[in-house]
Amino acid sequence: MNFVTPTIDWAALTPIIIVLGAAAVGILIEAFVKSPATRRTVQLGLAVVALAAALGVVIAQWATLEGAGTVAMAGMLTVDRQALAWMSILLVFGILAMLLFASRDGGGAFTELGASTPGSLEEKLARRAGLAVTEVYPLALFAVGGMMLFTCVTDLVFLFVALEVFSLPLYIMVALSRRRRFLSHEAALKYFLLGAFSSAIFIFGVALVYGATTVTNLDMIGRGATMIADADPILLAGAVMVVVGLMFKIGAVPFHSWVPDAYQGAPTPLTAFMGAATKAAATAALVRVMFVAFAPLEWELSWLIWAVAIASMVLGTVVALVQTDIKRMLAYSAVAHAGFILVAFAGLEGEALTALPFYLLAYGLGTIGAFAVVSQVRERAEDGGVGAEAVRLGQWAGLGKRSPLLAGSMALFLLSFAGIPLTAGFIGKFEAFSAAVAGGAWVLVLIAVLASAVAAFFYVRLIVLMFFTDAPEGAEEVIAIEDSALTRTVIYVTAVAILILGILPAGVLDLFADASVLLVNAG
Amino acid sequence: MNPMNYVILAAILFSIGSAAVLLRRNAIVAFMGVELMLNAANLALVAFSRIHGELNGQIMAFFVMVVAAAEVVVGLAIIIAVFRARQSISLDEPAELKG
Repeated sequence: MNFVTPTIDWAALTPIIIVLGAAAVGILIEAFVKSPATRRTVQLGLAVVALAAALGVVIAQWATLEGAGTVAMAGMLTVDRQALAWMSILLVFGILAMLLFASRDGGGAFTELGASTPGSLEEKLARRAGLAVTEVYPLALFAVGGMMLFTCVTDLVFLFVALEVFSLPLYIMVALSRRRRFLSHEAALKYFLLGAFSSAIFIFGVALVYGATTVTNLDMIGRGATMIADADPILLAGAVMVVVGLMFKIGAVPFHSWVPDAYQGAPTPLTAFMGAATKAAATAALVRVMFVAFAPLEWELSWLIWAVAIASMVLGTVVALVQTDIKRMLAYSAVAHAGFILVAFAGLEGEALTALPFYLLAYGLGTIGAFAVVSQVRERAEDGGVGAEAVRLGQWAGLGKRSPLLAGSMALFLLSFAGIPLTAGFIGKFEAFSAAVAGGAWVLVLIAVLASAVAAFFYVRLIVLMFFTDAPEGAEEVIAIEDSALTRTVIYVTAVAILILGILPAGVLDLFADASVLLVNAG
Repeated sequence: MNPMNYVILAAILFSIGSAAVLLRRNAIVAFMGVELMLNAANLALVAFSRIHGELNGQIMAFFVMVVAAAEVVVGLAIIIAVFRARQSISLDEPAELKG
C-alpha cells in the first residue's frame, strides 16, 4: 500500500499557524524571561499582537477569497467565508479576553503558582516573593487556535483532535483562580471529567459513522448517507453521538451539568472567554456537521434538536430564576441561550448560516462584557484591600448610584441577553427564530419566545436591584468597586458594539449573508 | 471469526466505561471509565477498518491514542491538585458548587 504525501496549502492556514506559533513562543518566554513584570508585559503584547495579526490575515483572506474558498490538507480542512466569519469572531473574543486576563485589580484573577496547594506555606511564599506565572496567555492562545481549527475542519477525526486542542487548555485555566481556590479546583475537576466523557462519546460516534459509511470526511458522509438505506442503526447511532458530543460543548440540557460549576468556579475573566468562545466554536462545528454531513438525516435527527432545544430553554430559564449567585445565574442563562441557538437548527434552512454567526457574536460580546462587570464588583478583604468578587445578588443593590456607567453597561448586556429591541441580542434572536420559522418549526419558535419572555424577568430583576433598590447601611465599606483601565475598556467597547449591532446591524448582517455558503468538497 | 463481534465487544466496553463515569464516585475510577470509552472507540475503529479492508481506521486509532495520552496528563494533574488540597478525590465530597 502506498501513502501519498498530501500537499498542504500553507497560505490558507496562516491565521491558525500565527496563533498556535505565538502560543509555542509564549511557552519559551515563560521559561526564559525571569522578571514577572517584564514577562507579563511581553506575554500580553505577544498574545494581542498575534491575535490582531491573525485577524488581519483573516480579513485579507476574506477580501481575496477566490470562488467559494480553499481546500487545504487533502480535504481535511476548508477555508470558506463561513469559516473566516467564525474565525474573526473568535479572534475578537480572544483579544478582548486577553485584555481582561491582564487586568491587575486586586492582584489579578489568576493564582501566582498553579501547582501550590491552597493555603499552604508554598503559596504564601510565592505570593510574598512576587512570583507570577503567566502561562494563561499561551494556554489561551492554544485554546483560540484550537477553536479556529474547529470551525474549518471537515473531517470527523481531525475535528476530535481540534476539540481536544481547545478543551485541554481550558480545563487547566479553570483551575487557576487566585481566590476561592478550592472552588476553582472542584470546577476544573468536574469540567474535565464531563468534558472528557463528552469527547469519548464523540469519538465513539465517529467510529460508528466510519463503520457505516467507510469515510470520515463530512462531505463524503453526506453523500454516503443519502445512498444508505434509511435508518441504518449504526449510522444513526453514530450521528446522534457525534451531535451529542458537540451539544456538550454548547452546554445544552441534559448535557449542561458542567456549565454552572465551571462558570462559577473559574476565574471570572476566563469565564468570560469560555462562555463566549467555546459556544461560538462548538456552534460553528455543529453547523458544518449538521449542514454538510448529516443533512440527509435531518428528519431522523430533528427530534433530538427539538427535545434538547426545548429542555435547554425551559430548564435554563426556570433554574436561573431561583439563583442567588450572579455567576451561576449567568451560567443558567447561557444554558437557555444554548437552547435558542439550537432553535435555529430546526429545518436546517440556509438563513441559519447568517443568523448563527450574528447570534453568537452578539451573545459573546454580551457575555464578555457582563463577566467583566462582575470582575469589577469586589468584596473588601479583612485588611481593607480588595477581596474576592461580590457574587451574591444582594451585594449588587444600589450599584447604579455608586457607579452609573458600570451598572448602565451591565443593564445593557442583560437587556441584550433578554432580546430587547435596539440591542444586538434582539437582532440575533430575530434572525435565529426567522431561520426556524423558515424551516417550518413555528411551534419551537413559539416556545422560544415564551421562554425569552420568562427569562426577561430575572434579567430585569437584577436591573431593578442595581438601580431602584437602596444599598443597605454600610455597603460602601463592604463592597469595593474596582476601576481597572483594561477591564473598563473591554466593558465600554463591548457595550458600544452591542448598541451599534442593535441599531445598525445591516452591515454586519450583509457580511454574514456573504458567509452563508458552505464550501463542499469531495476530499 | 466475524469481525463484527469486535464491534459488539467495543460497544460493551463503551457501556461499561460510561457506567463507570456516571456511577463511580472516585475521580480516578471515573477517569479510568473515560479511558475505557476511548479505547472502545479505538477497537471499533480498527474492527471497522478490517471489515472495510482499508487502513484509515487504524491510522485514526493512533490519533485517538495520542489525544488520550494528552488527556491523561491534564486530567491527572487536576486530580492530584485536588487531592493535595483536600486529601480526598471523592466526587461527592467537594460540594461547594451546588444549585
